[in-house]
Amino acid sequence: MTRTTLDLWVGIFVVAGFAALTVLALKVGNLSTYNTSETYQLQAYFSNIGGLKSQASIKSSGVLIGRVAKISLDSERFEAKVTMLIDKRYQFPKDTFANILTSGLLGEQYIGLMPGGDEAFLKAGDEIKKTQSAMVLEDLIGKFLYSKAEDSN
Amino acid sequence: MIIESLRSIGHRIVNAVWRIGYASRFFMLILLYSGVSFRRFHLIIKEIFSSGVMSLIIILVAGLFVGMVLGLQGYETLKRYGAESALGSLVALSLVRELGPVLGALLFASRAGSAMTAEIGLMKATDQISAMALMAINPIARLVAPRFWAGVISVPLLTALFSVMGVFGGYIVGVVLIGVDQGSFWSQMQAGVDFRYDILNGMIKSAVFGVVVTVIALFEGYDAPPTAEGVSGATTRTVVQSSLAILFLDFILTAFMFQGE
Repeated sequence: MTRTTLDLWVGIFVVAGFAALTVLALKVGNLSTYNTSETYQLQAYFSNIGGLKSQASIKSSGVLIGRVAKISLDSERFEAKVTMLIDKRYQFPKDTFANILTSGLLGEQYIGLMPGGDEAFLKAGDEIKKTQSAMVLEDLIGKFLYSKAEDSN
Repeated sequence: MIIESLRSIGHRIVNAVWRIGYASRFFMLILLYSGVSFRRFHLIIKEIFSSGVMSLIIILVAGLFVGMVLGLQGYETLKRYGAESALGSLVALSLVRELGPVLGALLFASRAGSAMTAEIGLMKATDQISAMALMAINPIARLVAPRFWAGVISVPLLTALFSVMGVFGGYIVGVVLIGVDQGSFWSQMQAGVDFRYDILNGMIKSAVFGVVVTVIALFEGYDAPPTAEGVSGATTRTVVQSSLAILFLDFILTAFMFQGE
């Protein structure tokens, strides 16, 4: 086999390999959803985040507007501090409501933002004051049993 | 009788330690002479052709069938929980994290690693390596280092191709033949597979496997007794040892990479 055909085949092989890697990154993986647009940071405190993880999505009216950057426990308030990165294009009123929701019955957890009616907007570094924690199945069952017991009395 | 068997155990262990030391010195020599072989890059290209390009067909066909089997079996299991839409993420995660790197490297070891061992071993048996050394050509720089780098470059590329073919096979079975919804197949896959956590870690795995497989194959060939029997034994040892090394290292790497958040 001559050197040029050898080079051709190896070139095809290497290009195909890198094309496969690109397909894996863009079509199979989530590299295409890492948005490179500018973001600003918001904080929110939750008394229970359930199964929320960093990189979880943040949605408003079902539209993806950002991602959870960091989750830590605030040792003074004993609450979970969630740092969120929101797309610069979207502004929210000061009295926006942050909810931890679940997609589907057993799906991933995400943060839903419900805008309020305030005239002033949240700025970078602000805290979302109104939050609602994740639904924990055990708590729900406990409440249900408790109310059943009260009914029967 | 007892002393005799103790002595044979001791002899085996000393021998094994000696061989490990010899193999690591061999590995250092390969790295030392890599610069020379990078200056004559067409040597590496020739070896990429014989080990990488010639392994393409087996890798692509195996990947396709592995993905198809994953699609079928995954569907059968997920159907019980009514979670057929998660088929895409099941197929993609198992391929990208485990099956792609491991099966790709196993196939490479048996297809290309054994050939490397046999080639180098036969060269040694027919005194070609001694003749080279006699002509002041360093056999490690001329024969071994190009093969090493060809393997290290080829294995991650072959792994990526294996995974893509597997996902395609899963798509054929799941979406085209069984009729899982196409939109949820892809969107669940993209929601489940993280680029850095899953794909990059899989690629790191396959690069490590590439280094290990080629070093074992080249060392066994270089160290083979210069007889027909010796070369055949060395080829067998290459396949056995590199397969075991791949599976063992896979466990170690997985334990480090995917230890949960």
